[in-house]
Amino acid sequence: MKQNTTSYKLKQYLMFAGPGTILFLAVVIVPFVYGLYLTLTSWDGTSLSKPFVGFENFANAFKDTTYWQAMGRTMIYSIFAVVFINIVAFALAYLVTSGVKGQNFFRAGFFVPNLIGGIVLGYIWQFVFNRAFVAIGNAISSGTTVSLLSTPNGAMFCLILVSVWQYAGYMMLIYVAGFMSVSKDVQEAAMIDGCTPSQAMKNVTIPLMRSSFVQCIFLSITRCFVVYDVNLSLTKGEPFGSSVMAAMHVYNQAFTYKNYGLGQAEAVILFLVCAIVGVTQVMVGKRGEVEA
Amino acid sequence: MTENERAARQKKISHAIMWVVLLVLFICFIFPFIMVVINVFKTKADIVKNPLALVGAHGFTLSNFPEAMKKMKFWTVFGNSLIITSCATVLTILVSSMTSFVIVRNGNWKFCTFIFSLMIASMVIPFQVLMVPLVSVYGGILNVLNHRLTLILMHVGFSVSMAVFMFHGAIKTNIPVALEEAATIDGCTRWQTWWKVVFPLLKPTIATVGIINAMAYWNDYLLPSLVLTKKNLYTIPIATQAFYGTYSTDIGLVMAALLLAMLPILILYVFLQRYIVEGVASGAVKG
Repeated sequence: MKQNTTSYKLKQYLMFAGPGTILFLAVVIVPFVYGLYLTLTSWDGTSLSKPFVGFENFANAFKDTTYWQAMGRTMIYSIFAVVFINIVAFALAYLVTSGVKGQNFFRAGFFVPNLIGGIVLGYIWQFVFNRAFVAIGNAISSGTTVSLLSTPNGAMFCLILVSVWQYAGYMMLIYVAGFMSVSKDVQEAAMIDGCTPSQAMKNVTIPLMRSSFVQCIFLSITRCFVVYDVNLSLTKGEPFGSSVMAAMHVYNQAFTYKNYGLGQAEAVILFLVCAIVGVTQVMVGKRGEVEA
Repeated sequence: MTENERAARQKKISHAIMWVVLLVLFICFIFPFIMVVINVFKTKADIVKNPLALVGAHGFTLSNFPEAMKKMKFWTVFGNSLIITSCATVLTILVSSMTSFVIVRNGNWKFCTFIFSLMIASMVIPFQVLMVPLVSVYGGILNVLNHRLTLILMHVGFSVSMAVFMFHGAIKTNIPVALEEAATIDGCTRWQTWWKVVFPLLKPTIATVGIINAMAYWNDYLLPSLVLTKKNLYTIPIATQAFYGTYSTDIGLVMAALLLAMLPILILYVFLQRYIVEGVASGAVKG
């Protein structure tokens, strides 16, 4: 049979999947492999030679205290952001599936921040924090109010707040799908068996929605770990570099200070940390999954 | 009052409370947008004086718009964003649906499973790991940066794995092989079977993949900012960032620029709201 020869299959493959495969390999796999090679060189970004330095970049990355400060900051930011994103998203999903009037309108409204890119959102919030909130503060208290963005802790708080606001609507949609997938029958059965509504929620609905939680937490962790756009436009790492997140540090290390090898090594470490945390979370989460 | 009436009344009250809570949350959610909208029609002095007032002391003004549009070259960057987003979205849909078609129908061929696993595994790689080598390969070695086409193809390459994953699921579960066999018996070539039979049946997935990617392309900042460094090639997010860097003190103009940057997608959302919410939800659940 002609159809089973490898050359026929290869021709079919190239005809249909050739462009997709080539583009994928060209922008993802080739840079990934080449990037691993770059971590072993001390390239400055312009010269033709890429001196081979072995694992020196990784050694320097581990010694780079500003990098690990940024990493620690990213961890703290991610923990708060992930927790609050999911609490807010779950609450919103509960409210917009409870059958109140205009729930589709609200659902659409909460999603709006996701339509707009992080750069624009960051600038809008910068205005809100620096002008609107300051004006409100001045109106209700006698002293002069300073912007939250001007103190290190305040800037972190602002970043977390904006991230929660930005992603809650998106995660809400996943939780809404989770609520829809839990059939009304099991909830009613629980109520007939004597559960109060809150007990039914805690013991029946939430365990059955476990996969939604696993997914939302995974998505929010992976997004928060590499936050860049909002970080750049909202705080730009200020005040005094106290809100530089890991992704921004990597960008600066490579493109501003021209330490491409070191920057790439730090990016790889960031990727490994992010992957380990994400995969562990999914594995732990999946283990306890139940079905109705 | 009977038991039923009491229950009905309680339900009504709890719904009313929930509605009020939702409304308050909704206002909190759109508060930043309200701030932009009320300040965009004020002069700079009025905004600085009182950003919360509905109308400034100097009254209602539209003068921020034409100036911001001129300074950020709005129509040029809008055109760039439009071309890049639409081309990249169409290409992503075509290229990845075709790729997954071959992969699904050659499920027992090791080469296909290898490529598919490679794509799935690559989805965990954050862009930060790829940006330095990407610039070094395409800027330093091949010197193809600063072309819209380069950005379009890169966008497609980055989305292929996710899109292939979604089309893979759709073809595997929704398109029976018998349908293709029938088309072949009726005289279709493989190519015709694809275009006339399989592709049209993938419409829901095409919509989902299209919406998710179009939004991502339109709003993406980091990749375009690395690829396009010439001013006349800027997309809306880069232009907004550059504009803010230069005119951040001219707060009225900034408001106008931010509103202009949001407006196209918000207008689209008003009309396609249902599809966008559904598309994103089904995409999120599958991913």
